[in-house]
Amino acid sequence: MDLLRFITCGSVDDGKSTLIGRLLYDSDSVSLDVLAALENRPTVHGTVDLALLTDGLRAEREQGITIDVAYKYFTTPRRKFIITDAPGHVQYTRNMVTGASTADLAIVLVDARQGVVEQTRRHSLIASLVGIRHFVLAVNKMDLVNNDQAVFDQIVADYAAVADQLKLPHVTAIPLSALLGDNIVAHSKNLSWYTGPSLLEHLESVPAFEEATIADARFQVQYVIRPQTDDYPDYRGYAGRIQSGTYRRGDRVHILPSGQESVIEAIEVNQQEVESAAAPQAVVLRLTDDVDISRGDSIVPVGSQIHVAKELEATICWMDERPLWPGRKLLVQHHSAVVKAVVSAITYKVNVRTYGRAATESAQLNDIVGIRLKTAAPLVVDSYQQNRATGAFILVDELSGDTLAAGMVETMQNSFVPEPLGFTI
Amino acid sequence: MSTPHFDYLDRLEAEAIHILREVAGQFERPALLFSGGKDSIVLTRLAEKAFRPGRFPFPLVHVDTGHNFPEVLQFRDSLAAELGEKLIVRSVEDTIKRQRLREPGGKFPSRNPLQTYTLLETIEEFQFDACIGGARRDEEKARAKERIFSVRDEFGQWDPKRQRPELWNVYNGRIQRGENVRVFPISNWTELDVWRYIQRENIALPSIYFGHPRTCVVLPSGQLLGLNEHLRLDETDEIVERQVRFRTVGDSTCTAAVESDAATIDDIIEDLLLAKVSERGATRLDDNISEAGMEDRKRNGYF
Ligand SMILES: Nc1nc2c(ncn2[C@@H]2O[C@H](COP(=O)(O)OP(=O)(O)OP(=O)(O)O)[C@@H](O)[C@H]2O)c(=O)[nH]1
Ligand SMILES: [Mg+2]
Repeated sequence: MDLLRFITCGSVDDGKSTLIGRLLYDSDSVSLDVLAALENRPTVHGTVDLALLTDGLRAEREQGITIDVAYKYFTTPRRKFIITDAPGHVQYTRNMVTGASTADLAIVLVDARQGVVEQTRRHSLIASLVGIRHFVLAVNKMDLVNNDQAVFDQIVADYAAVADQLKLPHVTAIPLSALLGDNIVAHSKNLSWYTGPSLLEHLESVPAFEEATIADARFQVQYVIRPQTDDYPDYRGYAGRIQSGTYRRGDRVHILPSGQESVIEAIEVNQQEVESAAAPQAVVLRLTDDVDISRGDSIVPVGSQIHVAKELEATICWMDERPLWPGRKLLVQHHSAVVKAVVSAITYKVNVRTYGRAATESAQLNDIVGIRLKTAAPLVVDSYQQNRATGAFILVDELSGDTLAAGMVETMQNSFVPEPLGFTI
Repeated sequence: MSTPHFDYLDRLEAEAIHILREVAGQFERPALLFSGGKDSIVLTRLAEKAFRPGRFPFPLVHVDTGHNFPEVLQFRDSLAAELGEKLIVRSVEDTIKRQRLREPGGKFPSRNPLQTYTLLETIEEFQFDACIGGARRDEEKARAKERIFSVRDEFGQWDPKRQRPELWNVYNGRIQRGENVRVFPISNWTELDVWRYIQRENIALPSIYFGHPRTCVVLPSGQLLGLNEHLRLDETDEIVERQVRFRTVGDSTCTAAVESDAATIDDIIEDLLLAKVSERGATRLDDNISEAGMEDRKRNGYF
């Protein structure tokens, strides 16, 4: 059975948490005891508040809003789902980015009475920036606009402009009512003019496209296994996860950033040698040569178009309360590689209403800006467009350890693409 | 070659191994909290996959409430021996004496809340900077909100309003002195996923997970609690003989059994597919106390 991870996003009170609650409830995924706890709570409309299935923090229940992402799980005969419920408040945008970064699909909710608003545009932008390809435009609260098709059509037309600007590859629009359960799992008489799939039908049929399996081979060392026991006196295994593509025994590889060359002697999965392994498998690679390799180094096939760079341009979502100014020193964490860096320039800021770029002096909390980064040691990267694994990084405060930003590599300057050494011994 | 197909269990496994290796790479003194329950047993299997033929880069640590099921303690010791890994046991009993804490009272004197004290003492004693645990997000609504790398302050406290963003599978374990990180590699697994994995990997478990006859007390809620010497019973309590199994193993004074004939893992999975009550709902007495019970305990340093 395959797995689809999706996120709900959109503006405050558009009904994201209710929608997820409804999806869980109507697909029979809520346990009786959990339901009983909900039914014990005082309700406003006389029905149980399904948003409480995901709003798990006391502050959330008290305020009736979502503050941080919640992860929920359900399975249908067709597929297994991991759901991420994101908060709608602008203040908690960084939590929405957290949820979006691991999602394959985004459900963008719109309140039928409000239409496309700034937050719809912000969340669509973030979802597209982090590389989500499948979008559902969920026009919710149709019950509050008399299930009027004209309202739906207008919102679909408005969102088409957003989709066009962001070049969203796949958008499916569905009218629904999360509160009443219309078009969530079952089709609804109230919306009989709509002939497309219900939300769940759509989620079950979206292709779970595996970008990582078809991309070029990428692997980064997380940990070096050296037992130094009588049974394994000289064993040296490079443990890590295949980030993308496929590795085969006998592949000639480059170790980067150092540029040494070697050959894959063995690929081990759970101590068994295999001929080949592919993303996202966790493996151990052994090489024919005794080369100097440590955590954070990349092992890629010779001929890879990967870049070894100390200067990057990247798009970032700034997540710290204190603004970012040029000249700021911090750490770049590129998966298992951590290097010191300086933000040498902030090149632009994205206007979330128009998606235009304008000059800016600093980046404030939740801003999406372009930066130029200089690193103290080289990073082995692809552009995020090329590779969602090797093009992603985070910025970290050296002292507090706080995560400051999510970054996506755009271009590399003064980088080199490793050349095969030619005829080596 | 056809495109390799990975089942969702393969994905969950790969994610968990990746997380365990990040712990090994990022921390100086990590520990794996090991209760002898199914989730922590699964963690040890994942650690084998992550680090063999090397040794685990962390000891197994058990916080013994003194109210554990004897079958589970035996299993704990034999598994640690079989793995050849170091096992550290620290007991709540000792903490109670040392810190002059008050023993929980009442009919079902659960030592679950006291576990946190011992855990924090143990973290301090060994200067652990990361503790790996088998908690899952599907267990409880506050857990559904926690990050995979969850930074805790000196007192082990979780501040849900100040969680670090956690992006992609880039895990940030950088901390200041005194802080520590709780790491949950099987965050994204459900109870059913755990059982399917146990089935697939043919993992051995303590006998109390399977249907067996047991003398139980019937609680007002209808739940069954295995009879043991820590319970303070009244004359009116109804004692019955039932075929039961446990869905989780914890403090024996607050972990209820469920009626079941399940003799094999296949039977258990079948049971679960039909179950209408959640793992916690079926088995825990102490979380039912308040709606924010788990959140509050986490804020106070609990797992
Ligand atoms: N009439 C009607 N009300 C709805 C519908 N969906 C949600 N609501 C109501 O809208 C309010 C907000 O719903 P939530 O699900 O909490 O909204 P949210 O988008 O999760 O909000 P945040 O997470 O705080 O951004 C609640 O009072 C819901 O009952 C719907 O389809 N119809
Ligand atoms: Mg919400």
